[in-house]
Amino acid sequence: MAVRTTPLQRANALAGRGVQGLYALVMNAVGFVVEPIQRVIGQRNMAYLFLLPNLLVFGIFILFPMALNVYFAMTSGTALYPQDRNFVGMANFERLYTCTDYANPNTCLEDRFWRAARNTGVFVAFQVSGMVAISLLTAMVLNRKIRGLGFFRSVFFYPVLLSPVVVALIWKWILQRDGVLNAILISFGQDPINFLLNGTWAMTWVIIVSIWANMGFYTLILLAGLQSIPVELYDAGAIDGTSTLQSFRHITMPLLMPTMMVVLVLSLIRAVQMFDEVFVLTGGGPGSATMLLVQYIYATGFGTQNPRFGMAAAASVTLGAVLLVATLLQLRIGRGSERHLA
Amino acid sequence: MSPRFSLAALFTAALLLGTAFSQVELRMTWYDDGNEGQVMRELLDRFEAENPDVRIVMDTVPYSSGILQSLPLQLASGDAADMVRVTNLGGLSEYWLDMSPHLSDPDYWETNFGPFLDWMRPAGSTAIPGFMTQLTVTGPFINRTLFDQAGIDVPTGDTTWQEWAEVTRAVADATGTPFAMVMDRTGHRLAGPAISQGASFFGEDGHATIDDEGMRTMMQLMIDWHADGTMHPDTWIGSAGTYVAGNEFFINAQVVLYMSGSWQVGQFANLIGDAFDWEVIPNPCGPMACTGMPGGAGVVGVANTDHPAEVARVMEFLTQEDVMAEFYGRTLFIPGHLGLAESGIDFQTDVDAARDALSVFASEVPRLDPTAYAMQAYPFNFVVFDSIRDRLTQAFVGELTLDEVLERAQADIDEVLREQGIR
Repeated sequence: MAVRTTPLQRANALAGRGVQGLYALVMNAVGFVVEPIQRVIGQRNMAYLFLLPNLLVFGIFILFPMALNVYFAMTSGTALYPQDRNFVGMANFERLYTCTDYANPNTCLEDRFWRAARNTGVFVAFQVSGMVAISLLTAMVLNRKIRGLGFFRSVFFYPVLLSPVVVALIWKWILQRDGVLNAILISFGQDPINFLLNGTWAMTWVIIVSIWANMGFYTLILLAGLQSIPVELYDAGAIDGTSTLQSFRHITMPLLMPTMMVVLVLSLIRAVQMFDEVFVLTGGGPGSATMLLVQYIYATGFGTQNPRFGMAAAASVTLGAVLLVATLLQLRIGRGSERHLA
Repeated sequence: MSPRFSLAALFTAALLLGTAFSQVELRMTWYDDGNEGQVMRELLDRFEAENPDVRIVMDTVPYSSGILQSLPLQLASGDAADMVRVTNLGGLSEYWLDMSPHLSDPDYWETNFGPFLDWMRPAGSTAIPGFMTQLTVTGPFINRTLFDQAGIDVPTGDTTWQEWAEVTRAVADATGTPFAMVMDRTGHRLAGPAISQGASFFGEDGHATIDDEGMRTMMQLMIDWHADGTMHPDTWIGSAGTYVAGNEFFINAQVVLYMSGSWQVGQFANLIGDAFDWEVIPNPCGPMACTGMPGGAGVVGVANTDHPAEVARVMEFLTQEDVMAEFYGRTLFIPGHLGLAESGIDFQTDVDAARDALSVFASEVPRLDPTAYAMQAYPFNFVVFDSIRDRLTQAFVGELTLDEVLERAQADIDEVLREQGIR
């Protein structure tokens, strides 16, 4: 008995044959190129061939500039092109690290670098710990069955979608001398506060603003981590009579640790690299109270009529090294805790 | 369509296409203080009408980020426009084009721009890189209406900065004005008052040395004025590492006195007009002088241009006496053309305050101290000004003492001079 097909089925079959034909054509073309190469270099080495395009892009746009930066760190002068610069060896690093008392930037030759380093240390310590704590707390709240869950998730994530410049400008309007916050203080009969003209206040607000702007992203990651923890473990814990705090300590935290490590590494790198929001909000001031390392590098190498590319490069090499060590350390600690858990 | 019409259309299209292909596009990096961008554009349109083979695109950028920060890098990398408007005429002079071989009458330039050409030439050079869009003189503006409201007379004669601080504080107190004074956040604005106090700026080797009694006195005054709330803190303390103008505080009557310069006149004529009475006062005195700082902005050709001859053509058009007179007259800029300075400019404004202000600034020129001129011509003056600005701000917030400010600022200057292979 002949099977009757509808026009739609016929069209689908035709499209299917077309796609198959196209696929065969493409694969034949690829095979035409790849097979002879495979015969020459062997199947095992084909992986390197496929990695080559990506490695080339990575090499040209990441590794080569990094190597160039290291070379710049060992040169001086105002010329932009490497061949025109004077090679000075480690002189820039020597100048950068010359201090009689590292705790007091005023005793260092490059005092602004050390002020920026100290500011970055303070910023990273408070911002990362604050960010992780608040993100975790928010994720735990959002992990519960509360009314308007979707709305709250959107609300917390919304600042992540904003440009850092927009975030900083909004907060500047809030915090400046005649800004919204001071208007509120005055309406309650309080004296206005120069939030951005006092070093301590400025750093505090820089940390708060950066947490506000970025916590949505980390909340989302932690929320995914929380949702991957099997509910049965909590049920079993409840049967054993564990308290909320005990379940958090002995179930949630250990199982969330891999996600926490991701959040910690990402937030640490982002915090050390912080530039845009702080630059727009305070410009690094008052004085140098909120100048972070990346801004120091920018100001030394680019934000001046007489750029010191060598010194800026030396500072960025130092920053890169510190970041690398911190990240490796975090990963090691993370792996240690994962092994402990296993 | 008739064959004749088709042929004509084809011919016209071919002509237009040919013109487009042969047209040279020049770019000019520009910044605005007032209406000068608009005036320049109209002049360039006129040039383009007379010279259809050249098209000029103006890239208007912010002064601080575009001119002070990005332009030096663009110049160093060879990516700058064909012509640029700058204030750092000497410090970047290695990048300027010598237009002499392309100018029909180089003597005209030497005669009318001679002294200013030295500001934009490398030492010992006879190059002709560009022309001055304006000469500037720094000096204080005051809000006379606030004086009237306070019932306090505006001081006259040779008064000191300390006296002005006192009287403006009294006016601010009487009128409820938030702050007595504001100064643009730049060492250039501070330099005039510092020279008046006796700052000499130069060491025996002819390069910048800043630690002397005059500089100390002026810096201490600034520290005191920021500490006691005389100075509006938002310009100096509220920023870091960059130039900030205090003009908005003056325009909004938030201060009694504003230390800035002649380039603000056009903007104030437009934005303040007769909303309140404003005027320029002669630069207050110190023990050594009563000086502001000369300065100015110029349009210069960039050596890296592919079209030096066309750049020179544009420059020759813009520097014709009638064109320059129109530019200065409409922008309310003090002329940087000696012939026009002598014959006078018909400033096109209905605002009497603007005319009076320009007249006061003009009368300040003979009072400018030789050190002020020397500092303006010094190729590394921006290093000195920037360093003073940033280090002094650190003293305002307690990060450095006055001694440390001077020590650090000098070290900054020495380091840059060392990188340049000078010290």
